[in-house]
Amino acid sequence: MRQQLASGVLHWGGDEEGGIPFQFRDPEHPERLLGFEVELADALARELSVLLKHKIVAQFTPYEWVSLATGLARGDFDVILSGYEITPERQQQMRFTRPYYIYAQQLVVRRDETRIRGLADCRGLAVGTLSGSAAERVLEIAGIVQRVGFDGQVEPFLELELGRVDAVLLDTPIVTFYAEPNPRLRTVGAPFAHGAYGIALRPADAALAACLDEALGRLMEKGELAQILGKWRLWNTDQARLARPPRAAAELAGLGFDPQGRPLPDRPQPREVVAPDLVTGRAARLSFWRYAPLLLRAAGVTVLLTVLSMGVAMAVGLVVAVARLYGPRPLRALALVYVEFFRGIPLLLLLFFLYFGLAQFGVEMPAVLTAILGFGLNYAAYEAEIYRSAILSVPARQWEAARALGMTEALAFRRIIFPQAFRTALGPMTNDFVALFKDTSLVSVIAVRELTKEYLVLARSSLQFVELGLLTAALYLLMSVPLGYLSRWLEQRAGAR
Amino acid sequence: MNEDCDSPLPPPAAARSDSTAGSDVQCAAPPRAAPAGDGEELIEATGLTKRFGERLILDGVSLRVRSGETVALIGPSGGGKSTLLRCLNGLHGWEQGSVRVGPYRLESTGNVRPNGQAAQQVRRLLGMVFQDFQLFPHLTVLANICEAPRRVLGLSRQEAEERAWTLLDRVGMKERATAYPDVLSGGQKQRVAIARALAMQPRGLLCDEITSALDPELKHEVLEVVQDLRRDGMALVVVTHEMGFARRAADRVVVLADGRLIEDGPPQQVFEQPASPRTRQFLSRVLA
Repeated sequence: MRQQLASGVLHWGGDEEGGIPFQFRDPEHPERLLGFEVELADALARELSVLLKHKIVAQFTPYEWVSLATGLARGDFDVILSGYEITPERQQQMRFTRPYYIYAQQLVVRRDETRIRGLADCRGLAVGTLSGSAAERVLEIAGIVQRVGFDGQVEPFLELELGRVDAVLLDTPIVTFYAEPNPRLRTVGAPFAHGAYGIALRPADAALAACLDEALGRLMEKGELAQILGKWRLWNTDQARLARPPRAAAELAGLGFDPQGRPLPDRPQPREVVAPDLVTGRAARLSFWRYAPLLLRAAGVTVLLTVLSMGVAMAVGLVVAVARLYGPRPLRALALVYVEFFRGIPLLLLLFFLYFGLAQFGVEMPAVLTAILGFGLNYAAYEAEIYRSAILSVPARQWEAARALGMTEALAFRRIIFPQAFRTALGPMTNDFVALFKDTSLVSVIAVRELTKEYLVLARSSLQFVELGLLTAALYLLMSVPLGYLSRWLEQRAGAR
Repeated sequence: MNEDCDSPLPPPAAARSDSTAGSDVQCAAPPRAAPAGDGEELIEATGLTKRFGERLILDGVSLRVRSGETVALIGPSGGGKSTLLRCLNGLHGWEQGSVRVGPYRLESTGNVRPNGQAAQQVRRLLGMVFQDFQLFPHLTVLANICEAPRRVLGLSRQEAEERAWTLLDRVGMKERATAYPDVLSGGQKQRVAIARALAMQPRGLLCDEITSALDPELKHEVLEVVQDLRRDGMALVVVTHEMGFARRAADRVVVLADGRLIEDGPPQQVFEQPASPRTRQFLSRVLA
C-alpha cells in the first residue's frame, strides 16, 4: 500500500464507456468526467488523506471493461472502481472491499409488450444485455438461450426499441437512466437477483483494502455515500443494507458485509439531483467546437501510432526480407517462420499477448509502446513480402553492372538495388500505411485512446452516434485520402524512371 | 599509365575541340602505350572450362591481352564470347582454369562466382560495358557516373563530379548530365555507360556487344568513342558482330566457336587467311 499511496495518488481504473451514472463524459464539457463513481473516488481520496495523514488525490485510468482484471494484475492502476460486481469467481482472483452499492436486475420491455410478465416468459425470446455482466449470467442460469450481448449499455435499449430483441435485462442503475425515461419502454416486475458492487484490488494489497474499507465505512456513517447515491438517483431501500449484516439475503452471503455496521439513515436528503434529460432529452445537440478538440487530439494519437508503427514495420520488414533473400539457410528459414507467424495471427491477439501476456513474465511495456511494437511486428511481415518481391523485380543485370564497377554485394544492394526496389514497393507500402492507419483503432483494447475509441466514448455519453460518427469519419478521410493521392503521385513518379 | 595523374583519362589530342571542362584538370600526358602487344600483359586466362548442365560453354580457353591492345572477340552466337568476357572480370565462375588480371588472381571451382577482395580489385582494373547498357535508372547521368568513384574509390563529391564532367565531355554527353537514363536514346545511353566505366580509371575495358541494341546510325557514335580509347593505351576486349569494326580497329581478332578458341591473329590474317574451316564457314556467313 505504501508503494501505491506514497506518491499521493490513488489510481483507479474504470471504463469511461461505463456510462451514466457510473462514469461518463459530460456532454456539455466532453473533456470532463462525471458519475457517482467519480465522486466516490474523490470522497475516498479525501478520507484516505485524513486516515493516512497526507494528501491523496484520486486519478482515473480509462480502461476497456473486459480488460479491467488483467489491467489490475498488470499494475496499470491500483483499484477497479467501475460497477464491478462482487462474484465468487472474481473473489478467487482478487481482493474486494466491502460493497458500496447494492444493485439488482431489472427486466425492461417495449411499452406495448403483452407476452412478458417476468423472466420466465422470455424463454424462446431474444433478450439483450451487456456482455460479461452479472445480468448475462442471470439469463444463462434462467435458461434463456437467445442472449444478445452488447458492449455498451445504450445499444440493448436501441435494439429493444427497434424490435430486434424482445426484452433487456440489466442492472438497476442503468435501467434508471437509459430505460425509465424512455416513453417507448417500461419495466416489468420488481428488481431481483441482488448483488453488490465492490472495489477490487490485487490479492497482495491487504493493507490498502483495509484502508479503503475504513474509508468506505466513514463515508457511510457520515451519510456522504448516501448523499452521492441520492444525487445520482441511485438511492433505494436496498442500500440501507450496505452497512448492516444482511438478514436472509443468501445472495449476498460472503460478500464482506460489516457485521458491526449500523443501518444507514433510511432517507437521505440530496441537495441536488442529476437531471434525467442528460440521457433522454438528448439536450446537448452536436456542437462541433465542443467535440472537435477532443477528436482532433485523438486523431493526433492515431497519426503518431501509425507513423511510428510503420517505421518499425519498414525497418523490421527490410531486415526480414534481406534475411529471406540472402541469409544463410537457417536464417532464411527463420525469416520465413517470422513472416508466416505474424501474418497468420490476428492483430488483436498479438496486442493482448504483448500487453497482458508478457506482463505475467515481468515484461511490462507502456500501452503506446506495446501498440507500436505490436503493429510494427505484424506489419513488418507484410512489408517484408513487399520488399522481397520488389527486390526480386530489379533485373539481375543491375547486380552485374554494379559488381562490374567494383562494388561489394552490400554496397550494390544499398545503393543500386534497394533504391529501385523501394520505388516499386512504394505503392503497396502506402496502401499498407492507410490500412494500418485504420487498424490502429484496435489499440483501444489495451486502453490507448485514439480516434475510434474517443468516438465511442463520446458517442456513448452524448448518444450522438450519427453526428459524431460523421465527424470522426470525416477526420479519417481527411487523413487517408491525401495519403492515397500521395501514393499515386509517388507511383507515377517511380513509373517514369 | 596515368596512375600518377589525378584526372581521368585526359582528352586525347584529337578529342573534340570544344572541350572546356577538360582544360582545368589538365595534367601531363601519360606515356602513350606503344601499339599492339608491346605493353605489359594485363589479362591472362588459362584453360578456362565452364559448363551449363551438360552443355560445354568454354572448353579450355586461354587468352592473353596486353595493355594498349584491342582484341575483337567474334564468332557464332552461343559460342561462349559473352561468357568468356564475364569470366575475365569474375562476373561468372568456372570449373577449371584460372584468370589473372594485373597482380590479382581469380580462382573459381564449381562455377561459383569469384568474390571478395581479388574480384573487386580485378573489376576496378577492368571496366565493363553491356549490350543493354544497364545504367542505373534511379540516378541521373551524372550520378550514374559518380556513384562508383565515390562509393568504391572514396572520392569526394567534387572530385567525382570533376571526373564525370571530363568524361561526359569526352563522350559528348555534357548537355544531358542531369537527365535520367529513360529519356536518352540507345546511343546516348551507351556513351554514358562507357563514361561510367571509364570513371573508375580502369586499365582495360570489356565491351559486350555494345552496339547490338543500337540502330545502324547510332552505332558509329559509340564505336567512335571506343576507337578513341585505343589511343589511351587501354586494353580493350570487344565482343562484336561488327566485322568492319573488328577488321579496322582491332589489333587482334579472336574467333570463339562451340566454346573453343579456334583462331587468334591480326585482322588481316584472320579475315583473309583463316586457318580453321569453322572460321571460314562463320566468316562466309556474316560477310555474305
